[in-house]
Amino acid sequence: MIQKIYFQSIFFSFLFFKEVFAAESGGMPQLNPEFWVSQIFWLILTFGILYIVLSKLILPKISNNLESRKSQILENIEAAEKQREDSESKLKEYEKIISKSKLEAKNIFNQAREKALKDINNKREILDKQIDDEINKAEQEILAFRKNAPEKINKIAIETSSELIQKLIGTDVNSSSISAIVDDLSRKNGDKYYGN
Amino acid sequence: MAANPMTQFDVYRIGPEIKIGAFDISFTNASLFMIISSAAILLIFNIGSKKNSLLPNKIQLLAELSYTFVSKMINDTAGSKAKPYFAFIFSLFMFVLFCNMFGMIPYTFTVTSHIIVTFVLASFIFIGVTVIGFIKHGFGYLKLFVPSGVPAVLLPLIVVIEIISYLSRPVSLSVRLFANMMAGHTMMKVFGGFVISLGIIGGWLPLSFSVALTGLEILVAFLQAYVFAILTCIYLNDALNLHH
Repeated sequence: MIQKIYFQSIFFSFLFFKEVFAAESGGMPQLNPEFWVSQIFWLILTFGILYIVLSKLILPKISNNLESRKSQILENIEAAEKQREDSESKLKEYEKIISKSKLEAKNIFNQAREKALKDINNKREILDKQIDDEINKAEQEILAFRKNAPEKINKIAIETSSELIQKLIGTDVNSSSISAIVDDLSRKNGDKYYGN
Repeated sequence: MAANPMTQFDVYRIGPEIKIGAFDISFTNASLFMIISSAAILLIFNIGSKKNSLLPNKIQLLAELSYTFVSKMINDTAGSKAKPYFAFIFSLFMFVLFCNMFGMIPYTFTVTSHIIVTFVLASFIFIGVTVIGFIKHGFGYLKLFVPSGVPAVLLPLIVVIEIISYLSRPVSLSVRLFANMMAGHTMMKVFGGFVISLGIIGGWLPLSFSVALTGLEILVAFLQAYVFAILTCIYLNDALNLHH
């Protein structure tokens, strides 16, 4: 029964903490000064040792670790940045080389084409000239033939007519009179036989 | 008396009685848990700082995260001038945090649930901060009690209030931590007692409360350590950068 009342008083104490604080002070081991000195002594001892060991040995190490990690990370980032820049410049160089070589290839191709075209033109000109020469020669020959043709025909006509007359009549006829007749005839009818 | 929720705060002697003069400094369960907490902190942070690998392992990560957490907290509240006091605030935060957290394990003793422990810590901070303030600013530190922009009529009243609030700092700092820890642990014990007394039929409700309270208390354990450390930083800020 007493225990029950005690329980209830503790339970309600959480609603009215202050009242209970006063009421229960007799039951609070915290307010018993028997071991206060002991607690103070051991608190100062343990906390002092904890403070000294942490401040002299452990905390500097942790701060050192953190610093070194920070600097290492920074260094790594710097190195990475540098390498990136290097690779970028190399890429640029490479692109430059490629564009340069492309230009060179184009130039070489153009030159070769021009040369080939020139050669072809030269050869064609030479061939054209040769062909023209040949044609001219042939035309001249033809012209010469054409010029000589009436004279020869006249000569043949005179010879054949004189032979014919000799066979028919049996006497020599003066060749000059025959040639005069042939010339006269050919002049009269020449246009009819020789065109131009 | 095992059901008494206050018995968990009892301090008892372990081993023989040790006396220096009139003072009893016997080894108690409180001393044991102070040593366990400190040893756990030193062990974790020693392992966490031993190897310096570029990719930290779990314990190293824990140590380094705690370091940057406290360092950022100090830098945000007290500025860069508070750098020399980093080790003290770090130890303080870790000590309170570990004492609180070890108290969450059943059958353990919560060191910070004793007013004398928190009061010694708080008064040490109070004295330290006051000494730092007077060293940095001389008697100019007293300007802390005279806020600028206050009408002359109100000034005497304000100065008295400021002095009282300054002097009550160690009390509020220590009572805040001690009361939070004690209240939380008492409440858990009470609900635990309800589970037993109500038995298998009615015990489920207080049990579920107990489970929820455990989560809340772990949060409170962290939060109170954080509040303790951050208030120390704020007091230090007053002492270092006098701009009230």
